[in-house]
Amino acid sequence: MKNKQTLLIVIAGLVVGCAAVVLTANGNPGNMGFCIACFLRDTAGALGLHRAEVVQYVRPEIIGLILGAFIMSVFSKEFAAKGGSSPMTRFVLGFFVMIGALMFLGCPLRMVLRIAGGDLNAVVGLVGFACGILCGVFFLKNGFTLKRTYTLNKLEGMWLQIIAAALLVVLVLVPSVLIFSEKGPGSMHAPLFLALACGLVVGMLAQKTRLCMVGGIRDAFLFKDFYLLYGFCAILVAALVGNLVMGKFNLGFAEQPVAFNDALWNFLGMALCGLASALLGGCPLRQLILAGTGNSDSAVTVIGMVVGAAFCHNWGLASSANGPTANGKIAVIVGFVVVICIALANMRKEKV
Amino acid sequence: MNTLDARGYSCPEPVIMTRAALEKGTPLTVLVDSMTPVNNITRFAVNAGYKVTHKAVGEDFELTISK
Repeated sequence: MKNKQTLLIVIAGLVVGCAAVVLTANGNPGNMGFCIACFLRDTAGALGLHRAEVVQYVRPEIIGLILGAFIMSVFSKEFAAKGGSSPMTRFVLGFFVMIGALMFLGCPLRMVLRIAGGDLNAVVGLVGFACGILCGVFFLKNGFTLKRTYTLNKLEGMWLQIIAAALLVVLVLVPSVLIFSEKGPGSMHAPLFLALACGLVVGMLAQKTRLCMVGGIRDAFLFKDFYLLYGFCAILVAALVGNLVMGKFNLGFAEQPVAFNDALWNFLGMALCGLASALLGGCPLRQLILAGTGNSDSAVTVIGMVVGAAFCHNWGLASSANGPTANGKIAVIVGFVVVICIALANMRKEKV
Repeated sequence: MNTLDARGYSCPEPVIMTRAALEKGTPLTVLVDSMTPVNNITRFAVNAGYKVTHKAVGEDFELTISK
């Protein structure tokens, strides 16, 4: 069973890496075949939740990921409406995951894709990400918990899927009500149905294998369990080979697509993202997948990320290729304070 | 019999709880409510040298871990 599981997650990782290269080759921004943070941010912009004109587009990949996970969970009889595990705390953690990710300019999945494209700033981000997760592991080992979930009415576990399906209908039938970027990263996208198909396939595989960028590093630290890390490495290898073949590999710190080279803030952005994600129990991709399988706490976390993205652009917190903003730096520091307070406030009284 | 109810907890908590419960001895029975913790606990326990079996109990799953 163990070898079959490992083989499946390696295959899933290879498919994700290849899909990312295909999406980039077909119009997505550089090293952004998938980026949960960027794509939620673009979707928030398309709905008018923020007014940053260069990052507004309903990303079909997000819709596909949620619906793919939903379809797979229904077929494998794993769909279960569950929730009630500190939802508002998860909302706030999701908010600060986004603050950290948009400081760095990418979610953990895009961090891997950036490394695969030769962007060495993302290696700095990876070090920060691992440090953030290590800090989260410290809290987990010492009794951090957001308490248990409970079984809920099926409909409660289906709202994000319904919203995703409705968004798809609007995108296809009445796109005029949405806002689309005319220039910048938001204007760069693969054809709708290709992006949707890639999202669906990756969503199904990620549900089946529990693929998670945070879980890989966390479980290696916590249990010396490398299962999820194999998926992480497979994405890196597939995207690296794909980029080399397509001539998109550009090793260095300077002039990387949708990135900047301030090491301190790349490190701190991903450290905040890693810490908050470790406390949530999974990376932004995993939150989307869990939401698709009926976890309403993860759905609330996704909404927290969307709101975080909107604040990032309305308040000038998000970085750009020119580097981080002063407001963004303050937000990341505030994020660390809030997330550490959340960790301390949710420690078990009794020993595990 | 050493027992642990880890139903409703999200990963990695069921594995951390299992590791702590195993310090009190085996056999250990762990109740969880989805296949994710079943797989995660099984992987952890097998890597640590234990034998693990699991069965469905209603909507939940019961793992038995022994030396």
